[in-house]
This record gives sequence, structure tokens and C-alpha cells, in this order.
Amino acid sequence: MKFFNFHLMPYRHADLDAIERNGSAWVTYSNRHYDPQKGAELYHEYLDQMEYADRLGFDGVCLNEHHQTAYGMMPIPGVLAGALARSVKKAKLAILGRALPLLNNPLMVAEEYAMLDNLTRGRFIAGFVRGIGAEYHAMGINPTLSQDRFAEAHDLIMRAWTEPGPFAFEGKHYHFNYVNPWPRPYQQPHPPVWVPSQGSSSTIKWAATMRYTYAQTLSPIGVVARFFQAYRDEAEKAGYQASPDQLAWSNTIYVADTDEKAMREARPHLEALTNRFLKMPTEMLLPPGYTNIESMKRVRAAKVTGKTSSIEDLVKNGVVIVGSPNTVRERLAEYQDLAGFNTSLTKTQFGTMPDDMTRANMAAIAQEILPHFRDRLPQGAKEAAE
Amino acid sequence: MADHSTSTFTVNGCTIGLMRGGSGPPLVVLHGASGAGTWLPFMAALAEKFEVIVPEHPGFGASDTPDWLDNIHDLAYFYLDFLDALDLTGVHLVGLSLGGWVAAELAVRDTARLASLTLVGAAGIHVKGVAQIDPFLRTDEQRIRDFFHDPKLADDMVARLLTPETEDVAMKNRVTTAKLVWQPRGYDPHLGKWLHRINVPTLLIWGANDRLFPFEYAYAYHKLIPGSEAVIIPECGHVPNIEKPEAFVRELTGFIHRVRAAT
Repeated sequence: MKFFNFHLMPYRHADLDAIERNGSAWVTYSNRHYDPQKGAELYHEYLDQMEYADRLGFDGVCLNEHHQTAYGMMPIPGVLAGALARSVKKAKLAILGRALPLLNNPLMVAEEYAMLDNLTRGRFIAGFVRGIGAEYHAMGINPTLSQDRFAEAHDLIMRAWTEPGPFAFEGKHYHFNYVNPWPRPYQQPHPPVWVPSQGSSSTIKWAATMRYTYAQTLSPIGVVARFFQAYRDEAEKAGYQASPDQLAWSNTIYVADTDEKAMREARPHLEALTNRFLKMPTEMLLPPGYTNIESMKRVRAAKVTGKTSSIEDLVKNGVVIVGSPNTVRERLAEYQDLAGFNTSLTKTQFGTMPDDMTRANMAAIAQEILPHFRDRLPQGAKEAAE
Repeated sequence: MADHSTSTFTVNGCTIGLMRGGSGPPLVVLHGASGAGTWLPFMAALAEKFEVIVPEHPGFGASDTPDWLDNIHDLAYFYLDFLDALDLTGVHLVGLSLGGWVAAELAVRDTARLASLTLVGAAGIHVKGVAQIDPFLRTDEQRIRDFFHDPKLADDMVARLLTPETEDVAMKNRVTTAKLVWQPRGYDPHLGKWLHRINVPTLLIWGANDRLFPFEYAYAYHKLIPGSEAVIIPECGHVPNIEKPEAFVRELTGFIHRVRAAT
């Protein structure tokens, strides 16, 4: 299994009570709560952690994009990827991903990603997402056009990378007389494409058909297993057998000497992530047209946005893995076999967790977990992989 | 009380719902973001003097959602085709909220089939510095309450409208509304430039306590549409046709009476 250090770069000094009073850390949580002195320190702290992950032997580091929120300070992830492109020496560098529909000129992603691929001499992984619903409130992009704009922007970028320019592109949303980006990607024909999603069936089908790596965001492992099976089924329909390398699980891992200590230490930070940074009203998460009416009704009926979760819930449901080295190894092996993935996108910092705890966690994962999984494939999916 | 019929009508391959009732000069009502709904008391009252025609917009309720429906201009052209298809002349066009925006866009394009225009709590233009509610960050219940000035009436409407049976239609209407109004939020920055083209008598009816499109919008429309009249109904929110139906029907019929007397 491959391990990526996935950072959300939360504004970890956020006033959790103020977020609670506002109802969300997104869109309407005033940026007067952002202290630039503290924020600047956080950027360097988090970038240092990414470089540390590289030295510890993580296979990659991951950034992502969210807007107008204390949940993550990466509205323009390319800035941070640029900062890491020369300091992260061995690990892959992944942006998971840029939210294509939010852009009025997605050709700039073709340029940005190609630059990063050149800078890293081919260690770059290109993630494409639609952004979550809150982004459409924050950036004023029509959510009913989200799927259409995503598809068209993706096609434009892939053609820009693979067809010799200049050529003209005439879409419904994007129009260019000259598509001819310099530089071209370092990896040929293009960097690996990863598609993170909350589990939309159309996205899973599309990713499987395109043979893109599918990354499942924060979900109980039983649900993850179901989505990964759907991916394998779709791959089969498309005429090939999906490899476990095409499946990545985005998780959170915290390791300490004992289960009890791990739970005690992780609790406030994990609950801050789940119950404060992540929380938002349904109307903010799901603007009309962002997803189809059936999915919309399902989410509304489940009232997912209002629920609070304790660390016990998160551990029990297999959303996160928290415990002693032995416990974490057992759970991870069990989950790998259950869901059949071969990449772990692991948040080692989460919520309000300070630097010293994060680094201790990273070191513990590197020493106690990584070596045991280096050559491990999902059991049961092994035959399929061979 | 005048009876009404419910049917469908097809224009250029797009089938929409249609309510009709009464007889007299044609009066076409373009509904707001919540959909055409049912035959309401204000429609029945108007049907005593007019042939009241209430189409359900493409993309709303039981109407088709055609591929060509991208923006408000598409609806304006659709309704010009609709008036052609029914071969209506001397039409008194009444646009409510979102429907008011459609009506204004239609009228800047072509008033040949119109006798008068009435905009009620209409979207379509933007007035800087006037606080407006963002309906897309409101819950279903809040959104109903936002319509009304009288909280007791709002209670009744919440009880009546917020039912599981109406959920699918409500969601369909919300998706189409978002498609039409999300950005810029509820207006076309170019509409104001062309409102001077409206050359039929125009009435603006607004609730004094409209929180979605506050009465400043009535005055802004009033300045932009030559010779228009503005009526502000006191103690009334965004939907005077529902919150103050008697005053609404009185103002509208009085206006049309004056228009007809003058011609």
C-alpha cells in the first residue's frame, strides 16, 4: 500500500464557539476571525510537515482546494504545490484537486498542472473535482452548471495536454481560438489523473471508464467498500479489471502508545474537525442542481449535515483509525481487505491538532505502520490484481 | 365564482401546464419561483372580469424542461412564441417576482401583443445597497416565511405548503430557479438599459415590507419605465397577490380600467 500525507491545512486557531454560533466554518464565517500573523505561521508549519512526510518515507503529499473557509486555507493550492515542488524531494505531489467548474478559464489549470509536472520532473498527480456545494455559494458559480462545466473543462484540459497546439476549442461554456499551452506536461501523455468524490454514482462510473484513480472522501469503511465495488463493476463493464492501485481511501489515522492514550489525545482535534470545521447547513452543502434530485433527497432525509459525531462513532464506523500501533495495523489491514484499495490518503494533522502532536503522529505512522504495508496488497483482491 | 380549467399546451415541442378561467380581455399571469401552484383566490377574483391564463414555465412543475432553457432570456422568447401560438392580442401581462423579470424581458423585446404590463415584487434589476435575503441559504420553512409580512399567515402557509407530496415539484422548481437566477443573483445587468423600450402602460405593485425585493426596487423600475405607476401596499410582504389579494385585485383592475378608458 502507498501512503500519502493529505493535509487540509485548517485554520487551527479558529474560535470553535464562534463557528458553532455561525452554524458553519464556511462562506459566512467572517474572515475577521483570521489573524494573518497566526495564519502565516500555520502555512509554514504545515509546509514543514509536508516536507517532513517526504523525509519520513511517505509516498506522496496531497493538497486540495476549498474557498472562504476556516476548514482549509488552500483556495489556490498551486501556490503551496509550487512551494513544495523543490523541497519535497522524493514523494509524489498531488493536488486533489482543483475545482474545475469554479473557473471561467480552465485552460489555466492545464498550464498550472503542466508547470508543476515539469518542476517535479514528473512527480505530479492531477486531481480534478467539482468542489463541494459551499464553493458555489462562495464563488458565485451556478451549481446547476457544475456537472456540465466539469465535463467540458476536463475535456479541454486533456486535449490541451495530448493534442499538438494550437487548436480551437468550441464548447458550450468555454471557447478558445488558440489552445496551445506552454509548457507541455513532463509525464507523457499526461500526469496521472485522480478523481476524489463523495461517492456519486455517475462520478464513479466516469472515473472507472476513464481508468482514473478514484479517491473516496471521508466516509464509513462499509460505504467506501460499496463504492469501490461499484468502481470495479464499472471497470468490468468497460472491459477491463480494475487494479487496487486505482482506488484510494481518504482517511484519518492517529497512533499513540496505547488505544486509550490515542483516543484521549485525538478526541478534541477530531471532534473539532467533524463537528465544527466540517459542519454546514444542508442548503449550503447542496445548492439546487449541484447533484440530482434523488441524491439530494437522500442527503436531506439522512440529515447528515446536522449530526454530531463522537470519536467513538467515527472509530466504530471506520471513518478514522485511532489506537496503538497494533490496533491501527489490524484495522487498516482489515479495511484494506474489505474495500480493496491500495492507496491510503491519510490526514496526520486534523482539526485543531498542534505541530508537536502531528509530528509525533507522523513519525509513529512512518515507523509502526508504513513498513508493515509496504508490499501488502488487499487480500482477496490479490487474485484479481495478478 | 368563475370556474377554471387545467390543461397542457405545446409550443414548438415544449409542453407546459396551463390554467384558464373566466372570460373577457386576456390577462396572462407569469408565476414566481415557487411555481404556478393551484388556482388561487386572486385568480378567481380576476376571472370575474378577464380571461385569466396562467401558464406554468418550462422547467417548473409538470411542464417540460427543454434543453434550450439556459437563462431568463430563453423564457422571454418562449412566452413571445406562446402569445403568438395562442394568437392573443390586447394582453394584460402580469409578472410575479421571477415571472416579473420574464415579463419585463419580454416587454423590452416586443409589446405588440400587450395592452398593459404589471410587475409585482419583480426581480430583474439590481439596486445597490438594498439589503436582500439570500433565499439559497434559507431552509424550506424560512423561505416560505420570507414571503410574508404577517407571521400568522406565514404559519398557515408553512403548514399548507411544506408537505412531502410537494417535495419533488418544489425541488424541480428550485433547480430551474437556480439555473435562471444564481449569478448575477436575480438580475440581468443589461435589462435596465432597455426598459425605456416598454411602450405600454405599466403598473408596479409592491409590498411595503417585501424582504426579497424591497420597495426600492419598485422605485427603480418606476424610474426606468417611462410613464409607469407604482403602488406600494402597506403591511404586505413579497407576494401581495396572496397576502393582500383584495387590495391587489383592486389596484390591478383599477389600473386596467383606466388603461381601457384611455384607449
